[in-house]
Amino acid sequence: MPDMDAKASGAAVVLGVDGLDALVGLLVAGGYRTIGPRVEEGAVVYGPVRGVADLPAGYVDEQAPGSYHLTRKKDGKALFDWTVGPHSWKRYLYPPEQLLFRAERRGGGFSVLPAAEEESPLAFIGVRPCELAAIAVHDRVFSGSGVVDPGYAGRRDGAFLVAVNCTRAGGTCFCPATGTGPRARTGFDLALTEIEDGKRHLFVVETGSERGAALLAGLKAPPADGALLATVTRLTRKAAKAMVRDVPKDTPQVLKRNLDSPRWDDVAARCLGCANCTLVCPTCFCATVEDTTDLSGGVAERWRRWDSCFTSDFSYIHGGVIRREIRSRYRQWLTHKLATWSDQFGVGGCTGCGRCITWCPVGIDITEEARAIRAGEGRAGEGRR
Amino acid sequence: MRDPMTPSLYRVDKVVRELPDTATLGLVPSGGDGPFSFRPGQFNMLYRFGMGEVPISISGDTLDRSRVVHTIRAVGSVSRALTELAPGDEVGLRGPFGSSWPVDEAAGHDVVIVTGGIGLAPLRPAIYHVLSNRGRYGRFVILYGARTPNDILFRSELESWRSRFDVDVLVTVDSAGREWGGNVGVVTRLVDRAGFDPLHTVALVCGPEVMMRFAIPALNGRGVPNGRIHVSMERNMKCAIGLCGHCQYGSYFVCKDGPVFPFARIATLFAVREA
Ligand SMILES: Cc1cc2nc3c(=O)[nH]c(=O)nc-3n(C[C@H](O)[C@H](O)[C@H](O)COP(=O)(O)OP(=O)(O)OC[C@H]3O[C@@H](n4cnc5c(N)ncnc54)[C@H](O)[C@@H]3O)c2cc1C
Ligand code: SF4
Ligand code: SF4
Ligand code: FES
Repeated sequence: MPDMDAKASGAAVVLGVDGLDALVGLLVAGGYRTIGPRVEEGAVVYGPVRGVADLPAGYVDEQAPGSYHLTRKKDGKALFDWTVGPHSWKRYLYPPEQLLFRAERRGGGFSVLPAAEEESPLAFIGVRPCELAAIAVHDRVFSGSGVVDPGYAGRRDGAFLVAVNCTRAGGTCFCPATGTGPRARTGFDLALTEIEDGKRHLFVVETGSERGAALLAGLKAPPADGALLATVTRLTRKAAKAMVRDVPKDTPQVLKRNLDSPRWDDVAARCLGCANCTLVCPTCFCATVEDTTDLSGGVAERWRRWDSCFTSDFSYIHGGVIRREIRSRYRQWLTHKLATWSDQFGVGGCTGCGRCITWCPVGIDITEEARAIRAGEGRAGEGRR
Repeated sequence: MRDPMTPSLYRVDKVVRELPDTATLGLVPSGGDGPFSFRPGQFNMLYRFGMGEVPISISGDTLDRSRVVHTIRAVGSVSRALTELAPGDEVGLRGPFGSSWPVDEAAGHDVVIVTGGIGLAPLRPAIYHVLSNRGRYGRFVILYGARTPNDILFRSELESWRSRFDVDVLVTVDSAGREWGGNVGVVTRLVDRAGFDPLHTVALVCGPEVMMRFAIPALNGRGVPNGRIHVSMERNMKCAIGLCGHCQYGSYFVCKDGPVFPFARIATLFAVREA
């Protein structure tokens, strides 16, 4: 990735904690629904936030394959020392349940009433670089491949994104391998880097859009000096170095020529087929539809709900389920994320957030499976057990 | 902006009971939608009020702009409900979607159709097209298989096509009583007997995947290369516009990259055990 530190930092300013609070306040006053990190049931999730007081001060997450623990540092002040939790922003831009239309009986026929969508615009506080990348992926899926999903496009166009760079590596993430972090380059209105070292607690704020610049102008923040900018670079580079997982560039080709690798059987023996990975993944977009009628049978609704390629119905056609075995469902997931996605959308399907590794109940690691398939190449002759 | 997931309303204008479980519906727009145009092999999503929406190929003639025609076999709740519609009832319709049979590319070639069961319906627009432009094609062969003589779809049309001097129609059934004097056996056996020039043939194949697994080697065996064999694939579909993910087949979305594929494009995938 080209080093764009200098360019990105052109308009950087400094805000204190109060300044950040004022920034969120301006968004609230501007009519935005402000969504940000909150602690709920032992995890950082995204929900309504009205100011800095709602943010998870002092919380740090420890993540490993199959495990997530949130702890609170005594006297910890940092607001963004956690990385990513089980939620991603897709639940706001592409909600888990959406009404597609209502239909009402009329004589022998019926009429169709589109679902009304008049919502105030969204503002996201604390979008990680990998999540900006995931949003860019969904932009391709929902509005950049010929067909536009008007609900997504409407929510997305209005959304104000306040990114936050990662200065601490999560236990399972690998954004350097996917080229998506840990420092945001594009796709944000404003990008924060938090610096909290006991002596000082401040935010270096970079501007990514006119909208972002206009909002910042209301805060009269002083410019960030060269030393601060160097600190931002140092902290994010340190985070990058701490991430060890790799996804080599030729992974798509390796996976596509190993669709019969015995490793698919091996992982199928561990995978529970629970669909957790697809639900936490910020780029998975699959959905199903459900039809309902009211008791009188006069009003019908059609709903779209998140779905997962791990469910058995997913590939059902009359006569039987196509991907009957976990083996083929896992293969669909892995090859879609790391190989076929880029054929479909011209961009990779994995942003290196690590969620699927953390939230897998048995700790299956997508990067390790891809590596094992590569390592097993040529040994495919051993065949299926 | 119009939501591509919102259907237009169409009124059932004509119903033909083809077989005990199969009906053909002629649909006309009930609202302001203009005349419907499509290419042979494309499909629509048909929505039955409160029950669901399923992909159904268009089985009519591209030249007939008066109705949108679909032939549906009842196999489950939505398809059954669609076959039970009567004139005057309304359905929701989205479409047309997907790729089409390469009727232009096939000009100058012999055209061989290999199909079974309800698979004849998605091919009927291609058959109409070849017959309307008969001079542009070489030999025209239709190979059709049904379960029993009572399951032969579009029987009177098959008979009238067979009576022409410029079409070869061969029909076979899986099983039959004594009164059936015709062919018994799988449709792919007809491939060996049909008269066409393999070096100048375009084959159009539509039927259950097992049928394709035999039809393709039979065509290859006669010398038709994969690049000139076109198949229509079937996958679960919830959107038909590339958004729901259900129809994925390797890198392809069957709803928008298919359903009709040159077999050469998918031959590698087709060889992988999917279950
Ligand atoms: C491109 C395409 C064209 C088709 N053209 C025709 C046609 O011209 N005539 C015809 O009779 N049938 C056609 N089919 C098959 C038809 O869509 C299924 O028979 C129908 O979806 C079954 O739905 P059901 O609710 O009645 O059955 P159920 O078995 O109850 O199915 C439940 C649900 O699974 C999904 N499903 C089941 N079978 C299929 C299937 N074969 N393909 C896609 N989704 C499926 C649907 O969402 C369906 O609502 C076509 C399928 C595809 C993919
Ligand atoms: S595949 Fe896993 S690591 Fe990649 S974006 Fe999805 S959840 Fe994150
Ligand atoms: S991995 Fe599975 S659930 Fe996720 S987008 Fe791909 S097919 Fe859909
Ligand atoms: S049917 Fe939804 S993606 Fe193809």
